[in-house]
Amino acid sequence: MTTRIFVPCDTTALAMGADAVAAEIARQAKTRGAQIEIIRNGSRGLFWLEPLVEVETAAGRIGFGPVEVDDIAALVEAGLFEGAAEHPLALGLVEEIPFLKNQQRLTFARSGITDPVSVEDYLALDGFRGLEKALQLNNQEIVDEIKVSGLRGRGGAAFPTGIKWQTVLNAPAEQKYIVCNADEGDSGTFADRMVMECDPYMLIEGMAIAGLAVDATQGYIYLRSEYPVAHRLMNLAIERAYAAGYLGDNLMGSGRRFDLEVRLGAGAYICGEETSLLESLEGKRGLVRAKPPLPAIVGLFGQPTVVNNVLSLAAVPFIMHKGGETYASYGMGRSLGTLPMQLAGNVKRGGLIELAFGATLRQLMEDFGGGTFSGRTLRAVQVGGPLGAYLPESQWDTPLDYESFAAVGAVLGHGGVVMFDDTVDMGEQARFSMEFCVVESCGKCTPCRIGSTRGVEVIDRIRANENREANLELLADLCDTMVDGSLCAMGGMTPFPVQSVMKYFPEDLQR
Amino acid sequence: MSGLPQWTPELIQAEIDALKHKPGALLPILHAIQDRFGYVPTEAVPQIGDALNQTRAEIHGVISFYHHFRTSEPGSHTLQICRAEACQSMGSRALEAHAKASLNVDYHGTTADREITLEPVYCLGNCACAPSVRIGDDIHGRVSPEKFDRLVSRLTTRALELK
Repeated sequence: MTTRIFVPCDTTALAMGADAVAAEIARQAKTRGAQIEIIRNGSRGLFWLEPLVEVETAAGRIGFGPVEVDDIAALVEAGLFEGAAEHPLALGLVEEIPFLKNQQRLTFARSGITDPVSVEDYLALDGFRGLEKALQLNNQEIVDEIKVSGLRGRGGAAFPTGIKWQTVLNAPAEQKYIVCNADEGDSGTFADRMVMECDPYMLIEGMAIAGLAVDATQGYIYLRSEYPVAHRLMNLAIERAYAAGYLGDNLMGSGRRFDLEVRLGAGAYICGEETSLLESLEGKRGLVRAKPPLPAIVGLFGQPTVVNNVLSLAAVPFIMHKGGETYASYGMGRSLGTLPMQLAGNVKRGGLIELAFGATLRQLMEDFGGGTFSGRTLRAVQVGGPLGAYLPESQWDTPLDYESFAAVGAVLGHGGVVMFDDTVDMGEQARFSMEFCVVESCGKCTPCRIGSTRGVEVIDRIRANENREANLELLADLCDTMVDGSLCAMGGMTPFPVQSVMKYFPEDLQR
Repeated sequence: MSGLPQWTPELIQAEIDALKHKPGALLPILHAIQDRFGYVPTEAVPQIGDALNQTRAEIHGVISFYHHFRTSEPGSHTLQICRAEACQSMGSRALEAHAKASLNVDYHGTTADREITLEPVYCLGNCACAPSVRIGDDIHGRVSPEKFDRLVSRLTTRALELK
């Protein structure tokens, strides 16, 4: 009998040597005449265990990790191909690993289980059931289902998705567009990448449903060039979806049409801002547009356009299949459903954690993360990407929901959590926030373009103990100007991490 | 040097013609040219402008806006070090210093033997196994200075084997 062995193929598994591990397993099997089939699955998101090798047995899938090439001979000797679990790297049943078992995976239910580019695998686990349902409904019924779900944009701004779709549906036009914002530029975030690398048909299905909802026949995925693996897998999945009739001019035999294309960005963080992204898709410099008009009214090529994040669109197939109310039964307050959090940086067990809104930051970092990678004391945590505040221990019991975070002057953003131990120099981190804005500002508005350069200079003077008090006052004033005067969130939020350092870690600006 | 073909106006035109019909074709065209020749030659700018009915200034403005596009020939390998916060928390500042010192180049520079072009990058999405480095389309995690040296020596060894 052939044993199925799974070796993940997402960026992190590959970065930790998964290709060499797969090759060595194949070589060992050949030498020993073992009957095995190696499947390159997506990742479960238990990244500290990558490459996580799984062996299918009658009892379920048994995991081993993190596996290095040099471990394989011993693993095979210990009975890897027979699913024997007596080895220091043996993890038991993968589904029973607490990090995974204690999650509430709606969007990431398939991640790591399947071969990401296999249409058959996708269909076997409820794939395209949402699209099937959507094809039986009219526009308004689809939009209503999304409204019932309470889904808010998972890209960071948290705007209600149903309202956005309604606006595009109501806007009369010959041509409308669905644009997927896959410019996941925030440090500490990789959930979008995981969707595209581990379950790409889910995104294709979500975009096709969005197209049916608002009568848009063309979709674009604007993908950052820093994600070569996602680029390759997403293009392969789109090609196969066309061949299988889930894209193109006759969706599932319905006569309805939806075309989809990946467009590559070119290393500009600002193109994650929706209007800048649209400019870039049109072939221009990614300068932000003033709003109004909203992209929902005047978007890509001047037409009504839905611009949604990968995670927002990836939530849609579940909502259509299981119903908006099922999705809304998760979460708290006005933050409904689940939020895929990404735990990164100096963390012992980093990875993807999908939970209903409402768990605390501390639960995430301690129960799931297990503390710092270095074993030293955790000092600061940055939530929500490079424009998010650094939070000290006094803030770690804040519940993970949009309103609770806003109440403490922080943002959840795209759900990225980056941990720092006590060796961090917070003055350096504050300086970097401004420096990052210097490099990445689109330059259209003055507070962001010039304010960030001045910000670096002022922080340098403070760190050099030059007129410290006066310069601290100047920095506070500069931050206010950027927050109030910038055109978009880049300049408007760059001060958040700086202000959080001034407020919570002032001693690091005093040495 | 990099094993990529030398550009000619005809080859550039072929890339332009294959993509110019697309809505918003400029970025796809620039990507195609850079993928094929390693950079976007200055001489390609008027050609692209003619095809898209845009001025040279407009095309140049786009090329210079995006960090990814370059206008001079890179080394055989492009090596990017992630500078974002997750990597910082795991020692990327020290890694950057080590890389610059051992390769004897600063960011955007190419080593004297034209083997490696060093670039900064802001997030490769491998944040749970930081610090990260990208060489070509391969991403590497948990890169210590020692691992960095091994990766670099493998690159140069491979190049020698080709001779």
